[in-house]
Amino acid sequence: MTFTPGNHLIEPSREDFDSEQHLAHAKQQAVSRGYEDFLIVDVDSHHYETEAFQEIAEYIDDPVLRLEAKYQGMARGGVTSIDGSYQEMTGRVTRYPMRRREKTPPTIHRDITLMRRWMDSMGVDMACMFPTPMLNIATCPRVDVETALARAYNRWLCDNVLSEEPRLTSMLYLPFNDPDACLAMVEEFGDRKGVIGFMVTSTHYKANNDNAYMKTYAALQERNLPLGFHAAYTWGDQSTRLMNRFISVHALGFVWHNMVHMTNWIVNGMPERFPKLKTVWIESGLAWVPFLMQRLDNEYMMRSSDAPLLKRKPSDYMREMFYTSQPMEMVDNREALELTFKMIKADSQLLYSSDYPHWDMDLPSTIYDLPFLDESAKRAILGGNSQSLFKLDPVFAPWKLAHRAQCQDAPAA
Amino acid sequence: MAEHFVCNISELAEGDVRIFEGEGLEIGVIHHRGSYYAYQNLCPHQGGPACEGLRLPQVVDVIGDGGVFLGQKFDEDDMHIVCPWHGYEYHLTTGSHVCNAALKLRKFGVETRQGGIYVQI
Ligand code: FES
Repeated sequence: MTFTPGNHLIEPSREDFDSEQHLAHAKQQAVSRGYEDFLIVDVDSHHYETEAFQEIAEYIDDPVLRLEAKYQGMARGGVTSIDGSYQEMTGRVTRYPMRRREKTPPTIHRDITLMRRWMDSMGVDMACMFPTPMLNIATCPRVDVETALARAYNRWLCDNVLSEEPRLTSMLYLPFNDPDACLAMVEEFGDRKGVIGFMVTSTHYKANNDNAYMKTYAALQERNLPLGFHAAYTWGDQSTRLMNRFISVHALGFVWHNMVHMTNWIVNGMPERFPKLKTVWIESGLAWVPFLMQRLDNEYMMRSSDAPLLKRKPSDYMREMFYTSQPMEMVDNREALELTFKMIKADSQLLYSSDYPHWDMDLPSTIYDLPFLDESAKRAILGGNSQSLFKLDPVFAPWKLAHRAQCQDAPAA
Repeated sequence: MAEHFVCNISELAEGDVRIFEGEGLEIGVIHHRGSYYAYQNLCPHQGGPACEGLRLPQVVDVIGDGGVFLGQKFDEDDMHIVCPWHGYEYHLTTGSHVCNAALKLRKFGVETRQGGIYVQI
């Protein structure tokens, strides 16, 4: 349905969905803030690979598992699911129930069209995309299934999406329960078009300082590919099982697992062992970083013998890492937010991310409208920092280029 | 103040919303329990189209004697406008956010006469 203000009734029961109509106000923000003048990179966005799962399953080598996967599908399960439950807010966030109805042309992969639509609406030029339910395959008790699905997804994404659209990139999924497979994944996909790094989903019950991973880190460092830790939660964890509402599990779960990984990473001196390996901490928001800096620094001064590889305070290493911005905690806390930006050296270390289309997505205006940032800091966070970190060749949204050309052609007043 | 004709009463069924553009603003008119409410279709959170979302009642935790949790229910007398971008909820009759009254949808006066719905902008 094309929504035309003034002559159409908007009802939740309408038959079609149109991302561009849903995000029409985002486009207005993009135009009014002049986003066409600079690059915007979104380092954490998602697609629903569930819709293409039959295609993805074709990439599974094992014929038995391939058939199982095609039969079972890749949904997050119903209301009792430990990885999904009622995350979708019972229809309140309308793009969840309605996205399947969106029409796309048959000539181009649906995921590319859908990605382009929301990116164009928000003023995003390039995006690093991740799957949605498949982020949680780490919780599958069958390690070989996780590995096979991860490889199938990575192959499918490279062949069908990243090779086709230069605005799309990804940090590919590492099946962390299988260290040898992680290394194999970096070796197989590290040079593929659009692969800008690799990513661990942070609910794994594996310590990242295990010797089994050192070869993978060395391979990443050698290729100058960053390692991302993408936060996730599971309601199956002993501690999250104590919580009865999704808000609790999400608010704590998305931070907790990244805090565990960060602590192991620092205390075991990984930044000293792999000084050129860059890490990106994804989708935990920002408030946890100053908290952990303070906790670790305080204890390190008393117990440096527990972290003998460190030559500086934990926070000094953390300030050299990269953080994605969403979901940025920004309700009535301007002072705390400003201090957080200072503590993490946001001007050079913070990377804008939307997490679109998920329920707690952030538009570029969450960064652009911050009163304590100057224009160059805004542009760095919204795109410049990612451009240098991932060595991106900028590809701008067509509407921005058209807009710029139009402005150049316009006769001077 | 300008008055804007929205549509005929017969064209806006109970529970429906009509969004129109007037004086450069997008405004949603909602028909709820026989009354009409008009708000700017702009959520103070991140600028989402608040009027394009669902209407859902307030969720209530039911607490019994001695502080015992008994379950949950909907309070149908407190209907909310739910912004479809992230789910911020506003009281339908006032436009105030349910957790912070200082956060409001911009409200406009609505009149019905001679079978028509009119909004004052
Ligand atoms: S913009 Fe309305 S809930 Fe975020």
